[in-house]
Amino acid sequence: MKRLILTLLLVLGLAPICFAQNEFNATALRLGGSFGEQAEAVEKLGLSGDPRALPLLQALADGKLARMPDGALRIGDADALTGAPADATGASPVRINNRVRAALRSALGRLQIVSPDPAERLRAADGILRSRSAQDLPLLDAALARETVPRIRERLVLAQGAARLASDDEAMKRAGIESLGASGSEAARTVLLEARTGNAGLAEAIDAAVARIDRQLAFRRAGELLFQGLSLGSVLLLAALGLAVTFGVMGVINMAHGEFVMLGAYTTFLVQEALRGTFLAPWALPLAVPAAFLVTAVLGAALERGLIRHLYGRPLETLLMTFGVGMMLQQAVRLIFGAQNREVSSPAWMQGTLMLPGEISVTQNRLWIIVFGIAVLLLVMAAIRFTRFGLEMRAVVQNRRIAATMGIRTGRVDALTFAFGSGIAGMAGVALSQIDNVSPNLGTGYIVDSFMVVVFGGVGSLAGTLIGALTLGVFNKLLEPYTGVVLAKVAVLVGIMLFIQRRPKGLFALKGRAADQ
Amino acid sequence: MKKGASLYLDGITVTFDGFRALNNLSLIVEPGELRAVIGPNGAGKTTMMDVITGKTKPDSGTARFGDHDLTRLDETRIANLGIGRKFQKPTMFDALTVFENLELALKAPRGTLAALHWRLSGEARERIDEVLTEIGLTERAKDRAGILSHGQRQWLEIGMLLMQDPELLLVDEPVAGMTDQETEHTAALLRRIAGKRSVVVVEHDLEFVRALGRKVTVLHEGSVLSEGPIEQVQEDPRVIDVYLGR
Amino acid sequence: MPGISSLRFNLRLLLVALIFVLLLLPPLLNALPAGHPLRVSDFVVAVTGKWICYAILALSIDLAWGYAGILSLGHGAFFALGGYAMGMHLMRNIGDRGVYGHPILPDFMVFLGYKELPWYWLGFEYFPFAMLMALLVPGALAGLVGWLAFRSRITGVYLSIITQAMTYALMLAFFRNDMGFGGNNGFTDFKDLLGVPLNTPSARTGLYLAAFGALLITLLISAHVVQSKFGRLLIAIRDAESRVRFLGYDVTAFKLFVFVLSAMMAGLAGALYVPLVGIINPGEFSPGNSIEAVVWVAFGGRGTLIGAILGAFSVNALKTWLTSFAPDLWLLVLGALFIVVTLFLPRGLIGLIKRRGA
Repeated sequence: MKRLILTLLLVLGLAPICFAQNEFNATALRLGGSFGEQAEAVEKLGLSGDPRALPLLQALADGKLARMPDGALRIGDADALTGAPADATGASPVRINNRVRAALRSALGRLQIVSPDPAERLRAADGILRSRSAQDLPLLDAALARETVPRIRERLVLAQGAARLASDDEAMKRAGIESLGASGSEAARTVLLEARTGNAGLAEAIDAAVARIDRQLAFRRAGELLFQGLSLGSVLLLAALGLAVTFGVMGVINMAHGEFVMLGAYTTFLVQEALRGTFLAPWALPLAVPAAFLVTAVLGAALERGLIRHLYGRPLETLLMTFGVGMMLQQAVRLIFGAQNREVSSPAWMQGTLMLPGEISVTQNRLWIIVFGIAVLLLVMAAIRFTRFGLEMRAVVQNRRIAATMGIRTGRVDALTFAFGSGIAGMAGVALSQIDNVSPNLGTGYIVDSFMVVVFGGVGSLAGTLIGALTLGVFNKLLEPYTGVVLAKVAVLVGIMLFIQRRPKGLFALKGRAADQ
Repeated sequence: MKKGASLYLDGITVTFDGFRALNNLSLIVEPGELRAVIGPNGAGKTTMMDVITGKTKPDSGTARFGDHDLTRLDETRIANLGIGRKFQKPTMFDALTVFENLELALKAPRGTLAALHWRLSGEARERIDEVLTEIGLTERAKDRAGILSHGQRQWLEIGMLLMQDPELLLVDEPVAGMTDQETEHTAALLRRIAGKRSVVVVEHDLEFVRALGRKVTVLHEGSVLSEGPIEQVQEDPRVIDVYLGR
Repeated sequence: MPGISSLRFNLRLLLVALIFVLLLLPPLLNALPAGHPLRVSDFVVAVTGKWICYAILALSIDLAWGYAGILSLGHGAFFALGGYAMGMHLMRNIGDRGVYGHPILPDFMVFLGYKELPWYWLGFEYFPFAMLMALLVPGALAGLVGWLAFRSRITGVYLSIITQAMTYALMLAFFRNDMGFGGNNGFTDFKDLLGVPLNTPSARTGLYLAAFGALLITLLISAHVVQSKFGRLLIAIRDAESRVRFLGYDVTAFKLFVFVLSAMMAGLAGALYVPLVGIINPGEFSPGNSIEAVVWVAFGGRGTLIGAILGAFSVNALKTWLTSFAPDLWLLVLGALFIVVTLFLPRGLIGLIKRRGA
């Protein structure tokens, strides 16, 4: 009875443990026999699913298996069955023929494909894919039924499709074309195009499948480009929002804006270092947001009260002066922290990639930055629209003198507004610390782009800033595949200049008397 | 030079953010006419000047000067057609002297190379001296315009307008900040100029308008409310309503 | 009144004469025999020569900014383009003496696998052509950017930002290898110019005198422009642009004229600079360079021409002196200079001198 069950399990190839030691040895030794014996043994070992068979078969396939005159088998200077060191003098390499080779391929695939190690299984799937043989089909079908890891399944489907295409049966071939076409991968496309030469009768079906893949690929690429564009756009939005307040609303041109962004990033670094090892460490990044806002807002207020207010009405001088401030801030940071990049790590919940429908992969930290950008925009809008400070700010912007006569302390409003804009720059720095190098010249790369966003969107319009940032981001990314990163940037700059020809006041222009001044 | 281009505005509408600065405004100024335009604040007087000089493009309507469509030309071209303007707030070049301000306004070739090779001829100097006398600034010819008093700035800008020798003069509030005597002098000057050229004067000062003694147009909310001799206009119940009522 | 102003004018002339006489000293004293107590080193000649080129650049910025109110933050681009034009000529002059010994292609092209000279390198083997390009290319770029900007009445800080974007974009472009301008290494290892090896004393003196002459000529041209009615119009445009339009002047044409002239002067400065320093690379396009040059002008006193020259020499002298012992401090000092000039010295050194004189 016991024997019967054993045999049953053995035949089904599901009971490696039950494969008796002596039986395994007997079968293995036949690998050194005639071609007929070899093929039979290979098949039997393959069906056994016994992990010990794998190195043996691999050695046979690689021509490393040797046979002693007494029939014992050696791999190098070791016994092939036990792995124990053994004398190999007089051993001759075991030869195989094509029939054995075919049996080996299938047996190896079978053994690897049931391996508990996913990497091994992936390798096996790749090997089967390379062989493009219809004989592997049952093996693949069985493996597909078991497999749960998506990446391996993907390769298996690919191998299955390729194997079907290699069969002689037309219906099977069509099924292969169908499944490859549905998979929508670059590799499937290659397999199909390869098969096209040998299958003139199926050319039409293959072309249709290739076209289907192309559509899927194009869709995915467009989706990913769009995401990258939105991601860049949200970075631009963050960098430009502060500017939209200081330049757009107040009309003060602050060339040190980029340095405020940089200081925000360094504040993030400092918060991270301060919290390192404490229970708050995973929350360093969210905690850095208010910290960065405070640091840069206080600096902004100091800059406005101490220097900028003496230059109101002289924009070019303000530009030069603030550039000097930026230069000093940059150099000061370089002297304090050194010129090399500082490492700001991402919390675990921001790492990794996310699969959107349509197999569009997006990185989590970029996704968070988009969310953050929108949140900051809403915050700014709410602050301007619904708070007392926002009301006073709008009043001062519209008519300073009348606002003053109504009892609004215009100087204080100026300082607060400037501090607000600078604080937003600091928050942008927190976000940028996640995707850019935290170095003293972090801000310089963004300042020109931010101004372009504000000018393009329309000075003084937050909606314009949003649309401007997203448009520029998406355009930049859409152009990049055709022109390269640098030329895309140049093209966008030229595009903005041409756009300003048509609409000198930007997308969302303020019209009327207010805009003239 | 062709004589007698007339200014013709018909159905001009200008909107700023939903606010109608000019609403279907129509106005004709005959060659050689002196016209006074009055109206409360926000009636559209300055916007009308902006449309004529090309600073503002109307949303709809026709603006012609002789054969030229003013809505299609920029400020420079319009100025070169012979339309000169004095601004409500006197505007000149503060870093330059009074003499230099007049020299730049002097009717002469306006090109870049002409400006590089410009030599002040005796004739031009005479003309500038003449205007300096007219506006009473001979003594201050070498002073920077920036240090002049408000009244003197008014005069300097009138002088610049004279130097341009335009066919049509648009004069926005010329007597604000002037003494009675100066106001009279200005009125006499404008009366003298009219006849050879067309003059449109925008003014609040009704005494001054009366001193001009010509046809008056009253603007209200961007369109013409009333038009005619000053006495007739002053009797118009709608005008009285706008100026005194409500 | 007239007495004082003519006296002031003479003071200014005196200052100009003094500067130019002083500038003749380095090559003269350098020619003295070695060991002579008054002899100045080659280094002094090289550095002063470099400053003269900077002075021409400052002059060009002053013409556009001090007079017409066009604050260009991209004049470094015109300077660099002029420098690249000269650099291309110097590269062609190397001939087969490069590391790879190719008879026509410069080393970097051989290295990058170029088969033949790109079309835009043709003609640069001729010195007059290269000099012409050093003027025309910056002029054409200024013409294009200026036309687009002035036509749509982009003024003030907007124009400044656009010119900064222009030089930034050019910097990115010139960093690319496939532009055919040597990528981030640019051009260097020059051999000779007009048949004279560059490392000889006579070449150094010749280049110095060429820069000296160029400074004199550009100063005379600028002086002629600003003292004509054209110059008064520039000031008028600077202070009240739209008022000039109502007088019937084509403001766009005037601004374009002066912007292009200024860009060509900057290009000339760059062309003279490259053989003096022996290298040109995309770093010259960096926005920081342009804005630093603006500060020379502001420090010296804008709208005075001579102030620009004075500013270029004094700020660069300060830089050379300071970086010799505390290079880390230089950017802090330069930044502070921006603040001091805009807040306390709006009329620069010249304004200070004038106040003392009056």
